[in-house]
Amino acid sequence: MIREKVAQAPASDVASTLLALRGVGKVFSNGVTALSDVDLTIREGDFLSLLGPSGCGKSTALRLIAGLSTPTSGVLDWRGGGSADRSNIGFVFQEPTLLPWANVFDNVWLPLRLKGISRAKATPAITEMLARVHLTGFEDAVPRELSGGMKMRVSIARAMVTKPRVLLMDEPFAALDEITRFKLNNDLLELWQDERFTVVFVTHSVFESVFLSNRVVVMAARPGRVFDELAIEASYPRDEAFRTSPDYAALCRQASDVLVKAINSTAGAHHDGH
Amino acid sequence: MTAIDERVLELDPEEARRVRQERFERIGRWVLPLAIMILAIWVWDRICVWNEIPQYILPRPGVVLWTLYNDAGLLFSSLLVTLRITFLSLALAVIGGVGLAVLFAQSKWVEMSFFPFAIVLQVTPIVAIFPLINIYVNDQTTKLLLCAWIVAFFPILSNTTLGLNSVDRNLRDMFKLNGATRWQQLRYLRLPAAMPYFLGGLKIAGGLSLIGAVVAEFVAGTTGQSSGLASRIIEAGYRLNAPRLFAALFLISLTGILIFLVLSLISHLILRRWHESALKQER
Repeated sequence: MIREKVAQAPASDVASTLLALRGVGKVFSNGVTALSDVDLTIREGDFLSLLGPSGCGKSTALRLIAGLSTPTSGVLDWRGGGSADRSNIGFVFQEPTLLPWANVFDNVWLPLRLKGISRAKATPAITEMLARVHLTGFEDAVPRELSGGMKMRVSIARAMVTKPRVLLMDEPFAALDEITRFKLNNDLLELWQDERFTVVFVTHSVFESVFLSNRVVVMAARPGRVFDELAIEASYPRDEAFRTSPDYAALCRQASDVLVKAINSTAGAHHDGH
Repeated sequence: MTAIDERVLELDPEEARRVRQERFERIGRWVLPLAIMILAIWVWDRICVWNEIPQYILPRPGVVLWTLYNDAGLLFSSLLVTLRITFLSLALAVIGGVGLAVLFAQSKWVEMSFFPFAIVLQVTPIVAIFPLINIYVNDQTTKLLLCAWIVAFFPILSNTTLGLNSVDRNLRDMFKLNGATRWQQLRYLRLPAAMPYFLGGLKIAGGLSLIGAVVAEFVAGTTGQSSGLASRIIEAGYRLNAPRLFAALFLISLTGILIFLVLSLISHLILRRWHESALKQER
């Protein structure tokens, strides 16, 4: 029943499908089923959140999409066929994951540098990207001189400097304080609205997922699977007014209810399994 | 209001005490060891005088210093010989250690297969291996270099290997995602990440290469004009020339300390902006 619902979503808009996961499963060598039979369609320009409790396989799904890991079963069908062109993917990790010995400029340069683009040639793109994440003037700082939020901004700039079509984010703001997180949420949305790339955003925060995305995919654990999907139809741009609106609260409640159901279904499945 | 004011006032003497203590510590760090050293030398001098110990058994500090000045030509030319072996072997240890570590880092299999050889080389006392080297190698300098190298290269190899293998997993994924080649991953990720480990190994290897050079000279028993400090010590020992023996010993210790300080400074300069170890020293 749930899968039907998910499968319907792309049917209305086949042309803009960017990536379809069909029956994707992942079993680790230690016998843990991280993902089981996941069907998910990601459309061009989506801001899609994967929301779920820990152990529901949302990070695994992200790694599969990134090509950092291969599925045990099922296929990832990229539009235009073939596997993911990695230059079209930006990845933001849970930690900033910066080179501690390199300054901000060099950290953002890195993806371009690995593609053989010289410092001089890369400079305009890097300068622009740093301006977009409000880090102009911090080019020469090394990561340890920056706050947690600023490090994350560098990490986002690095992921975006290659102008990827897809941005994958693995709980990027989980370690930040709320004020910083709200700010980064706003900035990320702004960036997304300007460039309209596709975002797959892994989070365990109901509020964050509802605020950011147009689609929230709720996942359940043991085995990791897609439980349900919610469309967040509130219009963009979303700002502080939206964050305090009754609409937002209602949507959060809705998403929260689904998440609770997903967690309870896990408990049931757990008992059944043993 | 008053409560807050009082608390600030209460804090003040404590903070002042802390500041004073820090200042004492900063001065004491230099003054205390220096004072103890001077005291020890003075006691040494007094013991010689009070017990009327003859110079050929225990010379007075002043005599050692005088010998150092008098025999400067002889001692410093010997020091140069020893230093040459020390630095050449340290350079070779860096090249060999880092080279092997990079090779080991290419594959777990290579590391597993060859690391035991490095350990065997490390744990076998160099003095015991030397007779073999003596048979196989003719050239005197090569002999000494080989000896000092065997002693010095292991800490560099083992530390650099550890460093190359302890790269953050996410950073490695990030490089993979960006299609980095093996060489790029080594050049931009693994080598810089291994730098603190390598520098730690270098500090140990610096001292060991000096020890290796001196031990090698001892067992090689070189004599004549182009001989190092170790042969000066042996020579002085035979002649019961204790002042010169002490002077040579003093020069070796001083060299070791200088090597350590220089390598520490290099390490600090390279790491000061980003690594925790250098950070603490700054504060």
